[in-house]
Amino acid sequence: MTTSQNVLREKARNAIETQPYKTITVLSSLLSVQDSIGWIPSEALEEVARVTSSTVNDVWGVASFYPNFRFTLPPKNSIEVCWGPTCHVLGAQSILQHILAEVGLENEGETSDQHLGLKLNTCLGVCPHGPVASFNHRLQGKMTKEKALRLTKSLMKETQND
Amino acid sequence: MTEDFQKLTLRSKLAWDLLSQKPWIRVGTGLFGEASGSLQIIDEVYTAIKTNALEATVSEVGTSGLCYAEPLLDIQIPNRGRVIYGNVDPSNVEYIIKEHLAKGSPTKKFALATIDCHLEGIPKFKDLPMMKGQIRIALRNAGEIEPGDIDQYIANNGFVGLDRALSEMDPSEVLGIIKSSGLRGRGGAAFSTGTKWGFLAGNTAPKKYILCNGEEGDPGAFNDKAILETDPLSLIEGCILAGYATNATNGVVFIRHGHDAPIDRTNKAIDACYADGLLGKNILGSEFSFDMEIVLVGESYVAGEETALMEAVEGKRSMPRFRPPFPAAYGVWGFPSNINNIKTISYAPEIVRNGPEWFSSIGTDKSKGTAIACLSGHIKFSGLVEVPFGTSIRKIVEQMGGGDPNSKSIKFLQTGGPLGGVLTNDQFDMLLDFDEMAAAGAMFGSGGLIVCNQETSSVDLTRVLIAFDQMESCGKCFPCRLGTSHLLDILDRACLGKSLSGDLQLMERVGQNMKVGSLCGHGQLGYNPVASALKAFSSEFNQQMFGEGDIEIKKFVAPLHTRRGSQTLGETPTSIVKEDFTFEPKLEASQ
Ligand SMILES: Cc1cc2nc3c(=O)[nH]c(=O)nc-3n(C[C@H](O)[C@H](O)[C@H](O)COP(=O)(O)O)c2cc1C
Ligand code: SF4
Ligand code: FES
Repeated sequence: MTTSQNVLREKARNAIETQPYKTITVLSSLLSVQDSIGWIPSEALEEVARVTSSTVNDVWGVASFYPNFRFTLPPKNSIEVCWGPTCHVLGAQSILQHILAEVGLENEGETSDQHLGLKLNTCLGVCPHGPVASFNHRLQGKMTKEKALRLTKSLMKETQND
Repeated sequence: MTEDFQKLTLRSKLAWDLLSQKPWIRVGTGLFGEASGSLQIIDEVYTAIKTNALEATVSEVGTSGLCYAEPLLDIQIPNRGRVIYGNVDPSNVEYIIKEHLAKGSPTKKFALATIDCHLEGIPKFKDLPMMKGQIRIALRNAGEIEPGDIDQYIANNGFVGLDRALSEMDPSEVLGIIKSSGLRGRGGAAFSTGTKWGFLAGNTAPKKYILCNGEEGDPGAFNDKAILETDPLSLIEGCILAGYATNATNGVVFIRHGHDAPIDRTNKAIDACYADGLLGKNILGSEFSFDMEIVLVGESYVAGEETALMEAVEGKRSMPRFRPPFPAAYGVWGFPSNINNIKTISYAPEIVRNGPEWFSSIGTDKSKGTAIACLSGHIKFSGLVEVPFGTSIRKIVEQMGGGDPNSKSIKFLQTGGPLGGVLTNDQFDMLLDFDEMAAAGAMFGSGGLIVCNQETSSVDLTRVLIAFDQMESCGKCFPCRLGTSHLLDILDRACLGKSLSGDLQLMERVGQNMKVGSLCGHGQLGYNPVASALKAFSSEFNQQMFGEGDIEIKKFVAPLHTRRGSQTLGETPTSIVKEDFTFEPKLEASQ
């Protein structure tokens, strides 16, 4: 086993053991791993299976069901755009098209250099401020084309400086 | 009054008096605040106070419901009332605070409303168009107190209902109060809450659960999240009351992962209750013990369905169970359970405190109390309004909501979430009422009212709703799994101007099959948005699908996983195929 695999396993184990809420289940453990390392490596699936005395198959079944989880390294920066009905009637699609063009993507996904990822969300929960998007997990309401492009550009710049 | 509560009341009074002796600044920094930029505002507030060496208490509160004017900056001066500043820009914060706190002259230019004081030309808070006509019960503390602060909550009549129940009533009396208040579920189906609690009370198992459903996946509905971020103690008190009335032992608040403000604030409030003996063993020194915890769920709309919720609490895929057995017999982990929406439970403290007659005197014949409508879309004053049932839809949309921000005419409302329907402008004189709205084909559901002006294409919006339903179908039963996909195909064709003859009839047939063949409400009601929009806007559908001449083609980027199967999950882990596959169900059956 390589060191990096061991490190991942250690991190996953740590996340599972220090999860914040009382009831420990497959799902709560997975959410905790996702929160602390940003993705679910296969070592984590095995660790969750061990702690919850279930099988890797069961854990994979849960992990692949919820769109929260990802199974590859996360991009450095992230944008989430809401396409729910409120944001839709307020022009979310046009904002989305502009962001996609700016980032150079056609749909959800990541840039090839893994620096920026775009995800669509069914409702970011703050519809009265629609159209809504989030940039590096900070919610931003009353989105306009200009505001979206400005925030997207600043994330893209951030990636180049790193 | 219990001795323990007497002590708490005393402490709370001291804390509240102390609070009112200093200037008090409140900024809403929950989810709603964050989206409006209030995290910058609160930073500026702290800086301004420090650099100008001012004395003030600063509280991070939740949304007050006036989302259109957020970020709000609310400044209270001892004996001089409050001024609420709206749409505050970070660059003005220091100026506002210096003028108001140091010089004692509130800046009219940025003021939105006043409370307990007069400022020339600025309306009273209760006279704002959005506030006029509101009766706030579940939202009574919204934006007023620090979420999860027990002293502030008690100073505003908090836990009085619980204390009275524990010291003066036996469980059946509390149950009786809820029954005769006429409270009905606010989560969608509008089922009598007292009757539901009665099912659980009738089960004598030693361990029973009260589940508070805060999943709220409905786009357009945000009142549960608002209650949790602004006043989680109302929910907690309600949940303890539900536990007492039904002899339950455990409460679970179920919230979607990622909504940090509601989650963290509820968590903090639960901890505070344990510290003050309001949760745990022998609550307020009584015989009654009750535990409460938070469980998070992944992104899944169907997880809000009551049996899917129980699966998710157990950490599995949120797929609905077959019924019977019903939750009151076999619920989460096999223990008898009762499920209510966050709003429903949050009404209980005030009902117990003020009595059932008080509650049932508000509202209509069959829909008692208030409704919390969530206004979003093409509306000037977006946010939350808590109005008595029986208020007309037109009043809510045109007066309280202020109509379209650009004075365009409103074409229709999308109500009841992605399984609901539309209400057209000519139906707006209808009074808010569970049954009347359902009869018109538009559920009130959990209160989302998405306002759409004349420029909205109902075909296009229907496609979005069906895309949502298709993506969120859990896949357990095929009428829903395939039906939603079929409907989306047909609506996609319609929006691209490529409809086939017979598409309308096909949709109708698919919808009918979903209705009769699906396991849960998601599939059973999944055709609602289409049926309702078709009824209201048949000529628009006909024009878009089969019309002559210029059909507007609508492009639509949808998440990749709206087509389940096209989702890339990365490499399937090799260890997934295990030879010794064993499945051990871990249910401890009740009794
Ligand atoms: C697909 C589906 C999704 C639902 N989502 C929610 C939800 O997010 N929140 C909620 O309170 N109820 C939801 N419900 C309704 C619940 O099943 C349940 O009826 C409700 O929580 C009961 O609470 P009440 O009696 O207080 O209304 C959903 C139902 C279905 C069929
Ligand atoms: S109706 Fe849809 S959501 Fe409900 S169980 Fe069937 S597939 Fe799942
Ligand atoms: S629909 Fe976009 S935030 Fe709710």
